[in-house]
Amino acid sequence: MTQAQLEARRLERFEARVARGEKVEPGDWMPEEYRFELARLIHNHANSEIMGALPEGSWIPYAPTLKRKMALTAKVQDEVGHGHLLYRVAETLGKSREQMLEELFSGKAKFSNVFHYPAETWADVGIIGWLIDGAAIVNQTMMAQGSYGPYSRALKRICAEESFHIKHGYDIVVSLATGTPEQRAMLQDALNRWWEPIMMFFGPSDKRSVHTEKLVRWRVKLKTNDEQRQEFLRKFVPKIWELGLSIPDPNLYIDEQGTVHYTEPDWDQFLTVVRGGGPMSQARLATRRLAWEENAWVREALALAEKRYADFPIA
Amino acid sequence: MARAGWKFNPYHHRIPEALERARHPVPPADTEWPVWEVFRQPERGEPHVHVGSVHAPDAQMALVLAKEQFSRREPCVQLWVVRAEAIFATPYEDADIFEPALDRTYRLAAGYKVRPRINQAASSSEEPSS
Amino acid sequence: MMPESLRQALCSALISWADDELLLGHRDSEWTGLGPIIEADIALSSMAQDEMGHALAWYELAHSLGAPDPDRLVFERGPEAYRNATLLELPRGDWAFCLLRHYLFDMAEWVRLEAWRQIPWEPWSDLAERITREEKYHLLHDRTWLERLAFGTEESRHRLQGALIDLWPHALGLWEAPEGEDLLVQAGWITGSDQLQARWEAEVRAYLGGLGLQIPDVPPRAGGRYGRHTEHLAPLLEAMQLVYRSIPGAKW
Repeated sequence: MTQAQLEARRLERFEARVARGEKVEPGDWMPEEYRFELARLIHNHANSEIMGALPEGSWIPYAPTLKRKMALTAKVQDEVGHGHLLYRVAETLGKSREQMLEELFSGKAKFSNVFHYPAETWADVGIIGWLIDGAAIVNQTMMAQGSYGPYSRALKRICAEESFHIKHGYDIVVSLATGTPEQRAMLQDALNRWWEPIMMFFGPSDKRSVHTEKLVRWRVKLKTNDEQRQEFLRKFVPKIWELGLSIPDPNLYIDEQGTVHYTEPDWDQFLTVVRGGGPMSQARLATRRLAWEENAWVREALALAEKRYADFPIA
Repeated sequence: MARAGWKFNPYHHRIPEALERARHPVPPADTEWPVWEVFRQPERGEPHVHVGSVHAPDAQMALVLAKEQFSRREPCVQLWVVRAEAIFATPYEDADIFEPALDRTYRLAAGYKVRPRINQAASSSEEPSS
Repeated sequence: MMPESLRQALCSALISWADDELLLGHRDSEWTGLGPIIEADIALSSMAQDEMGHALAWYELAHSLGAPDPDRLVFERGPEAYRNATLLELPRGDWAFCLLRHYLFDMAEWVRLEAWRQIPWEPWSDLAERITREEKYHLLHDRTWLERLAFGTEESRHRLQGALIDLWPHALGLWEAPEGEDLLVQAGWITGSDQLQARWEAEVRAYLGGLGLQIPDVPPRAGGRYGRHTEHLAPLLEAMQLVYRSIPGAKW
């Protein structure tokens, strides 16, 4: 058998496995493009978790009750924990965690658009927990059905923890919505500022997004960006209205079929933001890098000289 | 409205310094600690189940760090950590070695059906002799 | 029915200790999301939550004796009314400082809980019993780190020694007796701070000596238990109370 024939047979077997709904595991043969796309996706996801710890983490010192302070610490801890699980998964696809962090700091690797924005008031903590984690769970529940075993396993645990986050965020939001006029104003202001970034969370519209049919076949991607956005909106728009809040989009309405119609976000702006041009992009990356570099002495003090990697650790 | 998110945290208030320093990044060092696979036993009498892995310089630190990542919500009476390198695995491409190729019912309880034979023997002995 | 003076002394002891735990939890949580490695970040966030949880439990106990509710205690007192030892208000510092402060405090908590488990009032002794479980992990965590930093690189050792010099007088200040303690000792409720300090010092001196660290010969930095704090407490409380105070009477 020639090399090309061998490759073709491997690909055939790989695709048949995925089509049967079987998971791909580290150590399995996989198409280079599959490995590349998956590594990029999981790396970005891991980055988003640890970058997402910053806007919310910055509010831990200010949390206005002792229970909120404990809960917010637990919530941010979970995000860091998710980053940990996801970097470990991404490591099974070839890169070391230090390499991945370096790529994050240098802007080579991306993180979610929503964490490029400032968290300006306490109400932002509620909105982030409720709506951004709410959006994340739509995406992650879907991705848990994906074909890569380690990612799918990690996401099952992550989704379980996200349900606490959503409830925690919702609880804060409800306190503000049912509170004083100032608290309600604070909440509405936070929603106004976060609406557009949240609308962009799932990525560009299907009309613009270059999502290949191949990634769908390989179960790296299971739903289009617009499908996920629609699922999120159907779930959350009625709940937002229920609290008497207004959504800052004059074109937003729900038709008889329950479909939510909305103003298309500015996707050029989205691209600028995720490429590092958002209001907090550089500040957050620099902060993350500073914390990493300043603590290098801790890692060095404990590092061992020997080679440290199993080729295919269980994930 | 209290807008203060970045003022007090020891890193957050240092953004200008961080931005300045980011212009002269320190080249990445190789300080990554080895990987330890983590197994959690939820209660006595139950098996230890693989739950994930951590980077740690040695076994004790691996246990200390694994505890908070893998049992902060879940019940646990014991954790094991094992160097990932110490695990040997069969390759997935040879997973067919685990599939029986021929009839293996001789080693399964379900492969034996005695009741019909007992019943049959009993009914034939009950027949009146002619 | 407990005499008023005894009730006040109990509240004062509980609140002093709760203030310590609260501020340590607050300082720990400043590492959340920014730790030296991801795994360590997660573990320290748990310690932060544990300490805040202990504070909440002690405040609630004081509340059951007639003190204001926990959130009013935390968010409505100014620095002069805080009764914590100055050890806990010092800024976050580096990782060596963080772990060493934790160890010095956790060991003190351990010694104190040992004594408190004997208190002739069940809500108090039960709580001491339960909190001891978490402290066991804290001490394991602290020691695991300290031993590795002490025998790590030149730099890690140097940082640890420097932290000890800065922390020691404030750590001694942990044992400043809170208001009314003599009354509690006379009534046979608790062991005096001076006796507990002796137990603590014997333990930490032996342990830190074993790590090859030099303990400075300096007097305690006292005053914290009577509201005389360093310049670091006011900004900490300003941040902590900012949102709470921004809308008087609001529920959060």
